[in-house]
Amino acid sequence: MRKNLFNVGALVRGFTTTFSYMFKRMPTVQYPSVKKQHAPRFHGLHELRRYGDGKERCIGCELCAIACPANAITVIGAENSPADRRSPGERFASRYEIDELRCIFCGLCEEACPTDAIVLTPRFEMADYRRGAFVYAKDRLLVPPEAGAGTPPDERPNGIPADLGSVFRTKDTVDIAEGYEATHRGQVLKTQRQGLTLREGRGDVA
Amino acid sequence: MSSVPIWLIVLIKAVIVLFVVITTFAYAMLFERKVMGWMQLRPGPNRVGPWGLLQPAADAVKMMFKEDLTPDTADPLIYRIAPFISLICAMGVFAIIPFSANPDGTLWSVGNVNAGILFVFALSSIGVYGISLAGWSSGSKFPLLGSVRSTAQMISYELSMSMSVIGVLILAGSTALGDIVNAQLRLWFVIPQIVGFCIYLITAVAETNRAPFDLVEAETELVGGFHTEYSGLRFGLFFIAEYLNMITVSCLATLLFLGGWNSPIPGLPSGGLIGLLWFLIKAALFLFFYIWLRSTLPRFRYDRLMDFGWKVLLPVSTLNLILTAVAVAVWPNHA
Repeated sequence: MRKNLFNVGALVRGFTTTFSYMFKRMPTVQYPSVKKQHAPRFHGLHELRRYGDGKERCIGCELCAIACPANAITVIGAENSPADRRSPGERFASRYEIDELRCIFCGLCEEACPTDAIVLTPRFEMADYRRGAFVYAKDRLLVPPEAGAGTPPDERPNGIPADLGSVFRTKDTVDIAEGYEATHRGQVLKTQRQGLTLREGRGDVA
Repeated sequence: MSSVPIWLIVLIKAVIVLFVVITTFAYAMLFERKVMGWMQLRPGPNRVGPWGLLQPAADAVKMMFKEDLTPDTADPLIYRIAPFISLICAMGVFAIIPFSANPDGTLWSVGNVNAGILFVFALSSIGVYGISLAGWSSGSKFPLLGSVRSTAQMISYELSMSMSVIGVLILAGSTALGDIVNAQLRLWFVIPQIVGFCIYLITAVAETNRAPFDLVEAETELVGGFHTEYSGLRFGLFFIAEYLNMITVSCLATLLFLGGWNSPIPGLPSGGLIGLLWFLIKAALFLFFYIWLRSTLPRFRYDRLMDFGWKVLLPVSTLNLILTAVAVAVWPNHA
C-alpha cells in the first residue's frame, strides 16, 4: 500500500500523460458530415452485376444460396425464353433476394459465384425503420444496364486508399496499411505451407 | 435603498445566485465531458449547437421527459424525498458563499453568517442523508451497498477535511468566510497550510463522491450505487447535487486557501467585478483539476480507501493542526 500511495513519480507521469493528450490530434471522423473511404475489398451491401452488353450475369444456379452460412439468400431460377433473353446461359434468376439482416457479410456468395454475378460493394449505409426494408430483391440489387460490367471482384486492388490511411495515421495508432500488409504476408505463408502459391495482387489462391 | 424591504433584496439575490449556480452546473457538466473527451482523444459532445453548447439544454429536456419509476419494494415516501434532501443541501451552501466584495467590505453573498464554515459543513453532512436514504429506501441490494459505503466514506473523510480546515480557521481567527479571505491579503493560506491544502483537496474529492473516490456509485461493481433505481428528473436531481457539491468545494478551496477574490499579484485590483473574475478563475481551475483527476486515476479499492482515510489522512491532518496551533501560539503576531 505504502509503495502505491506515495509513488509520486508515477502520479506525476499519469497526470502529465492525460494533460498532454488534450492537445493531441484526435482520430475521430465526424461521420455523417465527413465520410471515410473504405477499402475496395470492404464487404458491404451486395450488388448483382451485368455483362458489358447489359445481360444479367446470374444464371440462377443457387450456389450462392448453398454457400451462404447465414441462409440469407433466396434464389428462384427460371428458363430463359428466346424472345426475352435475360442472361447468356439457359437459366436466369427470376427471383433473387438477400436478407441483409441475416447476412454476415462474409463474402462466401461472391466466392461461390461461377459468373461473378453477386459482388459485395463497399457501401454500408442501409439503415431503415422497417425490418421488411432489409430484404433486398432484384429491384435494388441489380445494377442498371448503363453501369456496364464493372471490375471483376478478383481484380479489385488490394490494400487501402491513401486518404483512409491518413485519417488514422497518428503517432500512437497502428498504421492500418501496415496491418493489411501483415495480413497479406500471413496469407502468403499459409498458402506456402499448404503447398500453394498466392497470386500477387489478386488475393486468391491459384 | 432603505425603502426596499430587506427580504426583497435577499430574495432577488437568492434568485440571481440560484440562476447563476444552475447555469454553472449545466456548463460544468459540458466542460467535464469536453475535457474528458480531449484527454481520451475524442471531441466530446459536439452535435447539439455550435461546439455542443446546447447539450445541457438537450440533457435537461431528456431528463424531464423520462419516466419517473418507483420500484415496488421501495419505501415510496423516503424514496421520493431523498433526491430533494441532496439537492437542497447542495444549493443551500451557496447562500453564504461570498463571490466577491466591494471595497467597503460588503460581501457579494446572499447572506453573511458568522459561523460560515460551520454552516457549510453542517449542510454537507446533512446532504449525506440524501444519498444514504436513497440507497436504503430503494429496496434493492446495489443501492443499499452504495449507501452503506457512502456513509462510511463520508464519516472517514469529513473528519480529516474538518481538521485540515481548522488550520485555516486558526490562522484567520474567524469562521466567517469574508474574514478568512480578508486575512489572506498578504499571504494566501495555501503557503503556510500546504499540508492542509493537500488534505483538503483529497478529502474534497472523497466528499463529493468523485473519481477516484466514487465507490458510492462504482458503475462496474454497484451498477450506479445509490442511484441505480432512480430515473428521470429524480436522477437528474442527484446529478445536479453532485455537480453543485463539486462547485461548492471548489469555491471553498478558493476562499480558504487561495485568497478568494484577491488578485494573485499584489498590485492588481481585486474588489468588485474584477474580484469576481479572480474568484471564478480560481474556482474553475479547481473544477478542471477534478476532471483531470477523474480521467487520470482509477478507482480506489474499498479497504484501501478506509486505510488511507484513517491511517494516513487523519494522523497527518491532526499533526498539521497541532503544529499550526503551536506556531500561532509561539509567534502570534505573524499569523
